[in-house]
Amino acid sequence: MDYSVKIGGEAGQGIQTIGNTLARVFARSGFDVFTHQDYESRIRGGHNFFYIRLSDKPVTAVREAVDILVALDREGIALHERELSAQGMIIYDSSALKQAYEKPHFLDIPFTALAVEHGGSRIMANTVATGAVLGILGMGRDILEGIIRDTFGKKGEEIVSANINAAAAGHDYAVRHCRRCAFSVPSVSGPKMLIAGNDAIGLGAVASGCRFYSGYPMTPSTGIMLYLAGRANDLGIVVEQAEDEISAVNMALGASFAGVRAMTGTSGGGFALMVEGLSLAAMTETPLIVALAQRPGPATGLPTRTEQADLEFAMYTAHGEFPRAVFAPGTPEQAFYLTNRAFDIAEKYQITAIILTDQYLADSLWTFESFDPAKTVYTEYRLKGDAFKSLPGYRRHAFTDSGVSPLAVPGDAEHVVVTDSDEHDEEGHITEDAETRVKMLRKRLFKKLPLIRQEMEPPIFYGDDNPRVVIAGWGSTYGVMKEAVDLLSGDMSIGMLHFSAICPFPSTGKFDYLSLLKNAEISICVENNATGQFARLMRAETGYEFRARINKYDGRPFTLEGLKGEIDAVTRGL
Amino acid sequence: MPSPEDYKGQPPAWCPGCGNFSILKTFKEAMAELNIMPHEFVIVSGIGQASKFPHYLKCNTFNGLHGRTLPVATGIRLADHAMPVIAVAGDGDCYGEGGNHLIHAIRRNIDVTLFVHDNQVYGLTKGQPSPTSMEGMKTKNQPLGVLSGQLDPMALAVALDCSFVARGFAGDTAHLKDLIKEAVSHRGFSLVDILQPCVTFNKINTYQWYKERVYHLEPAYNPRDRVEAFRRSLEWGERIPLGIIYRNDRPVMEDRIPVLAERPLVRRSFEPPAVEAALKEFY
Repeated sequence: MDYSVKIGGEAGQGIQTIGNTLARVFARSGFDVFTHQDYESRIRGGHNFFYIRLSDKPVTAVREAVDILVALDREGIALHERELSAQGMIIYDSSALKQAYEKPHFLDIPFTALAVEHGGSRIMANTVATGAVLGILGMGRDILEGIIRDTFGKKGEEIVSANINAAAAGHDYAVRHCRRCAFSVPSVSGPKMLIAGNDAIGLGAVASGCRFYSGYPMTPSTGIMLYLAGRANDLGIVVEQAEDEISAVNMALGASFAGVRAMTGTSGGGFALMVEGLSLAAMTETPLIVALAQRPGPATGLPTRTEQADLEFAMYTAHGEFPRAVFAPGTPEQAFYLTNRAFDIAEKYQITAIILTDQYLADSLWTFESFDPAKTVYTEYRLKGDAFKSLPGYRRHAFTDSGVSPLAVPGDAEHVVVTDSDEHDEEGHITEDAETRVKMLRKRLFKKLPLIRQEMEPPIFYGDDNPRVVIAGWGSTYGVMKEAVDLLSGDMSIGMLHFSAICPFPSTGKFDYLSLLKNAEISICVENNATGQFARLMRAETGYEFRARINKYDGRPFTLEGLKGEIDAVTRGL
Repeated sequence: MPSPEDYKGQPPAWCPGCGNFSILKTFKEAMAELNIMPHEFVIVSGIGQASKFPHYLKCNTFNGLHGRTLPVATGIRLADHAMPVIAVAGDGDCYGEGGNHLIHAIRRNIDVTLFVHDNQVYGLTKGQPSPTSMEGMKTKNQPLGVLSGQLDPMALAVALDCSFVARGFAGDTAHLKDLIKEAVSHRGFSLVDILQPCVTFNKINTYQWYKERVYHLEPAYNPRDRVEAFRRSLEWGERIPLGIIYRNDRPVMEDRIPVLAERPLVRRSFEPPAVEAALKEFY
């Protein structure tokens, strides 16, 4: 079983509400779920859709074929009717769309009339539609009713029962009228965890002891701030909306200097403003976490869409030479654990760690059995309390074998903690001495860098043991590449390399991924950008050049069928 | 009680006769009298001659970037609101590069004390005009003279309902010391603009120029009258008021964040049970 549901309509019609509720119903039922949101940069109007894929097997990518289309406007039908699968159905409300469709794969459900009749308000039309989708799929209503109770419980029993009645009306109507519906879902056991990339980063921050988050709203990163702000009181976190990204990064650095784990997040344009702060973090050796959720540029670009074009920006931006860590998770699960990894590495080496995602991963919901907090680490690297007090002296930037100097909490002892954006001596005071400069640069960069590189995990390999075809990628393309390997493995010997630790570039010590690439007949680098930034990085770091590249830069993610077709085209004649 | 000697730092590299020397000396005396030890407070500074200030002291120091003192100070204060946080900046640093941050620090009313060493000129980069340079001032960079209007930091701060607005003068250290003590003790955001002659690059606003114009706000002056404060803040030219121009008891940001009520953020330890609870929300 592998069904795709699409809800299409104008912004403001409640597409997200229907989509999120259905995804929760499926996840609680125990199905594997993958969602993707396609929305325009507007609050009302336009055309948006929410895509949900559900299966009894893991699903990790968008498919082009749609099995159930919930059309809340006529454009939804015009745009998506051609995507309908052989058994596909379109449900719509002819009174709302002011048009009736006579073709057999259309089912006219009076969402609004049923909402008024059974729920007492036309607002509940979306609840009717949600119930109708479950009816078409042949699923029960119990789990939806539970979710309605969770959502509306605070508003009182009257609202809860009105919504339950509305959902039941939609469900019954679909069951009674959809004679053509041939969907059936197996019984599975739930619940499963349902989480989006942004929330997974927020949760990862919580699991890493993050105490401070400052940010400026910018799509698609805002969800991280919203997640943390909503729970700040319960979790003991301060979230501050800064006046701009320059302030956001500097606030986080202030909080980090004062002794707490601190983070900021943004997208490309905001990150451009943070760049000076990145350099400040490097010079003062202040731990910092930055979540960078990419969207297509340059400038404002396509604000609500997806791209992987800021890899080089994340790796090379900011003046001066210094080490940093860049992680690019491929799934919410990786986002959770890599956020924890980012915090640990940033604190351990007193550097900036960047978590590089994109709109596709940030907004997509995935299901998992669970995340395991026991697999996260929390190590206290700060010098504080009695350990600090008992020292005879203290120099913030003392030369050490590892290049890592003791990072003390100011105020915990009579020693003062001094740091400077100027080149400084071991105490942290401004200096222009050439010898000190050289020693400080060696400490910050040359001593730390090899240690950080050792911490970077090699790519994940998935597929045939000795693949003739290797596809490689990084970040959010994980899911679609993995499913493409599954789809193609019957026809060819194929495997996938997925990099989530990007900078410093992982060595081949733990896993000789270079040999794997060299032994393949063809290697293809798959990226959601125009110029193949990762392919270029691979060549710069290892000398290895991919034989072929597949690039997509229309602001949309790869679909499973689309990527399979491109791989077929590249490998034809092998 | 500490003595001013306890705050002795590195030897200053300012020009002989610079107004910063008297501010430095006065600041040490004020902190000693307030009984705040070097390790008990932090100074955040940016870039400029004024921002070298913490190096010439002994204290916790974050000498950050040009214009960015207040965001760093805000972050420190939110992480550890038991620690007095002092920001030191110049007029170019704070009113030019960091102007936006000043506006929003005042709005937040974070309990940070900001001292702006206002010499009405850029010293570190050798004599370009600053936002507080007077119109018409000729420099190598402005052969036509400064065409932009002069920023009035006191009027700006009063207009934004800043919690504590004061002006001092580096040539009047007894008065300045009291202002520093008042400002550091005030709960809420404090802005102290300190007129500080630049003997090398500002040949207009000299010690003599200021001395002929400054006056102490009279004892009967009521700094809680915002309209009168705005009127006084506009005074510049023939007469320039020194003292506390405006103050109010606006709620302090730190007091309004429930998470900070019990103890500073930095005193919280890692809490694994909170992680388990957060995970459960995703089912």
